[in-house]
Amino acid sequence: MRSKDGGVAAALIGLAIVVAQVAAQGPPPAPAPPEGGAQQAPPQGRGGRVGRAGGAPGAPAGGGGQRGATFPAQQRAAGDPAVIARGKTLYGINCQSCHGVDLRGGDQGGPNLLRSQVVLSDKAGELIVPIIHGSRQNMGMDPINLSDDDANAVAEFIHSVAATMQGQGGPPRGNPVPPSEAVLIGSAMAGQTYFAGKCSSCHSVTGDLKGIGGRFPDPRMLQNNWVGGGEGGGRGGGGAGNGKPVTVTVTPAAGSKVEGRLVRIDDFIVILEQADNTQRSFRRNGDVPKVEIHDPLEAHKTLLTVLNDKDMHDVTAYLASIK
Amino acid sequence: MTLLRNSGGFAPANPPTRSLAGPRDPHSVRATRSLPLARFINAALCAWQPIKKLLLTTSLLLAPVVLTGQGQGGLDPADIYKPLKDSWPTYSGDYTGRRYSALTQVNQTTVKNLVLAWVSRLSGPPAAAGAGGFGGFGGFGRGGGAAPTIIGGEGTGDFGGAGTPSIKGAILMVDGVLYLSAPDHVWAVDARDGHELWHYFWKTRGGTHIGSRGVGLWHNYLFVETPDDYLVSLDARTGKERWHKEIADFSQQYFSTWPPIIIDNHVLVGTGNDLDEPGFLQSYDPETGNLQWKFYTVPMNPGDPGVNTWPSLDAARHGGAQVWVPGSFDPATRLYIFGTGNPTPGYTGVGRKGDNLFTCSLVAVNVDTGKMAWYFQTSPHDTHDWDSTQTPILVDGVVNGKPGKLVLQATRNGYYFTLDRLTGENIVSTKFGSTMNWSLGTRPNGSPDPNPEKEATVPGSLVSPQEGGVTNWPPPAYSPDTGLFYINEHNSFNILYLMDTDPRGSMGLAGKQASGVGSAGNFLTAIDYKTGKIVWRHPYSGGGGGGLLTTAGHLIFSGDGSGNFVAFDASTGKPLWYSRIGGISNAPETYTLDGHQYVLVAVNDALYAFTLN
Repeated sequence: MRSKDGGVAAALIGLAIVVAQVAAQGPPPAPAPPEGGAQQAPPQGRGGRVGRAGGAPGAPAGGGGQRGATFPAQQRAAGDPAVIARGKTLYGINCQSCHGVDLRGGDQGGPNLLRSQVVLSDKAGELIVPIIHGSRQNMGMDPINLSDDDANAVAEFIHSVAATMQGQGGPPRGNPVPPSEAVLIGSAMAGQTYFAGKCSSCHSVTGDLKGIGGRFPDPRMLQNNWVGGGEGGGRGGGGAGNGKPVTVTVTPAAGSKVEGRLVRIDDFIVILEQADNTQRSFRRNGDVPKVEIHDPLEAHKTLLTVLNDKDMHDVTAYLASIK
Repeated sequence: MTLLRNSGGFAPANPPTRSLAGPRDPHSVRATRSLPLARFINAALCAWQPIKKLLLTTSLLLAPVVLTGQGQGGLDPADIYKPLKDSWPTYSGDYTGRRYSALTQVNQTTVKNLVLAWVSRLSGPPAAAGAGGFGGFGGFGRGGGAAPTIIGGEGTGDFGGAGTPSIKGAILMVDGVLYLSAPDHVWAVDARDGHELWHYFWKTRGGTHIGSRGVGLWHNYLFVETPDDYLVSLDARTGKERWHKEIADFSQQYFSTWPPIIIDNHVLVGTGNDLDEPGFLQSYDPETGNLQWKFYTVPMNPGDPGVNTWPSLDAARHGGAQVWVPGSFDPATRLYIFGTGNPTPGYTGVGRKGDNLFTCSLVAVNVDTGKMAWYFQTSPHDTHDWDSTQTPILVDGVVNGKPGKLVLQATRNGYYFTLDRLTGENIVSTKFGSTMNWSLGTRPNGSPDPNPEKEATVPGSLVSPQEGGVTNWPPPAYSPDTGLFYINEHNSFNILYLMDTDPRGSMGLAGKQASGVGSAGNFLTAIDYKTGKIVWRHPYSGGGGGGLLTTAGHLIFSGDGSGNFVAFDASTGKPLWYSRIGGISNAPETYTLDGHQYVLVAVNDALYAFTLN
């Protein structure tokens, strides 16, 4: 479980007074709340998790931000290194064949100790040691012939590993991670064909994508970027592809067209930045004024809805070959 | 499956417990002992059932006597049975989950005159608790005198409580007082001007401080869960603590966000966990804090229902299905109907092949016994962290020409369902997300059929929606005037990479990398519950957020994701009014005070109350 909380705490204190005066009239003329309010982006602001495995960084931890490493396993005072070392040796001899070298369970059916309720609830061997000594024979756990001291050393070792678990239940680091090159399973030739048919009206491997494979030596990053439509394509797609901004044309009921970079739009206002870096804003009321948005990522947004994984991998293989 | 009926309807009642026909459900545990012991004494308690029932019945009969000694101003639990109108006495307003208020003062004609009545910034962690200080608010919100701060808790308080609190849950309004919470905080606030009456701060032991969805009120007893897994009971009049009880094992990495739900003499309590531990719903006695029953949402013992949908009992017992968003309650059947969370490990299903019951399911349990009456799985074998905990809505409607007792749910995976709430039988299954690509369709029983190719893969799979889902905890709403189910819909894509190819699977939510590659449009969406068809969509330029409220004034209230608080026409989705107050962090509510209807919403640590000019 993981909800989408963790928004940005907007600086609203001063604004509220303004709101009190203009609540019914419209947006305050004073500086608006900062961009990227708690709901600016689709549901991805999760707050800064500690020890999060993979994934993009979350939004800054706002109200009641989440902390990851604060469960008892992480809070436990470090044990005596000598005891832990002895426990590790004893674990290797007596436990590893069933519970695995990484404590996550083994071929002979021993359960994962890192998520074991016994291990998690154990404070100082009081739950673990009796099991080592045979209290769970009816569940298939044979007694291990260890002294109390040795059994406690094993418990200390287990706790020392549990203390290195990551946030959100992630195991300790150390398991091999697939190399980024493992992304390259597609056919570059098929990718070239797809590119010629679907991408070449906007892109060229001798033009804007010249040397793209060299610019993105990490194929996973390459794939994320081309699918999302450029450097800013990560989480949510941002507003721009390949550095091209989203622009807007506003045609007031009376007056001439105004064009510029889109700063913000909602049902009630559209704000743009003109070529001279000054801003203009327009109150919106339904279709008035007329607003036309030009999103350079529009084609990519359409692509997302039809792109299948094979074509995606093929194009990635093709682009990776463009050095 | 046991099915319970009586002739209640949605009327105030204090019904007696009734005996259950049929075999004991081994899934349910009754215990008054400490929780870790509960399942071990399951068998022994079986023999106790008749006695326990007698005790429970007795306590029910005694309850009114006990509470007369508590003075005025409390909330009679019978009042929560009434249709939602002047007050807001429980998480969803009433037990139906509709978030539909009968108030009409603010309506399509008058809403243009809706203005800010007051704004109040809540106090943060007290300096004495070792946390950062808090700023004033220009004279607003404090009522001219410092409200008493009551400090509780068993930790040092320096883990999660520091920092600006954020309101991400329900606010109760009873007798002119607002009761609300954030992780480690509870406040009582005067609903007339927003000044604090008292502030309770909990010194935490740590844990995941992601949110607090609100409080429950039983007469003058207030209940809240803390992130470090205590149920705390306060005197609602003073904020002074009555007792606190541990409701889940903190060392097993449970954390608690759920707003306690009061039903008669039950305090329903859910919890959360990201580390492969079993989910459960529990019921506590409001007076003593003793456990009444505990219902596990995954099989815990050999032979338990659903165990054959897991490769092993060990996998089931680490299978998740956390209960962290409240459900809805049907007084006629005494069924509490709620959604369960994702299976664990979340993204690596290799070690838990099968449908993984009762994860990602709508589950109905008898509120007096904790026994399951039916279930319907809304996302079999989820591998995307798409909980199905979303608020179900109870509607008495007509489908296919026949009157039906229905339950409606739109789940995080992007599917909408209409079920028979007496049996759990599926009536409608449709997609309400616009771009979902992870299912192969629906099975004959109405459950979606997941496409295994859309799990995380080493070369990457392009998946819609992203992990946050098409919807999440922010609640939907339903209006009997329009017959429409309303939901904020989020569409998005990410590429899911498998980063842990261990044949045992990973743990928790680890083992994947999710790279967002684009938003695909966000909407306020209206669904016809009879067909599941989309009636209209109103596009948001932002995300939509916080959740929804609808009223007999023919309005819908929501944040628009662009910093506006907006009132929409309930028939068309046309915006009728707005105020730019920032990113809305909870679902709007409404109540009446001194003859004036208020609309209340939070932006992180600030409360905004609107009323007609």
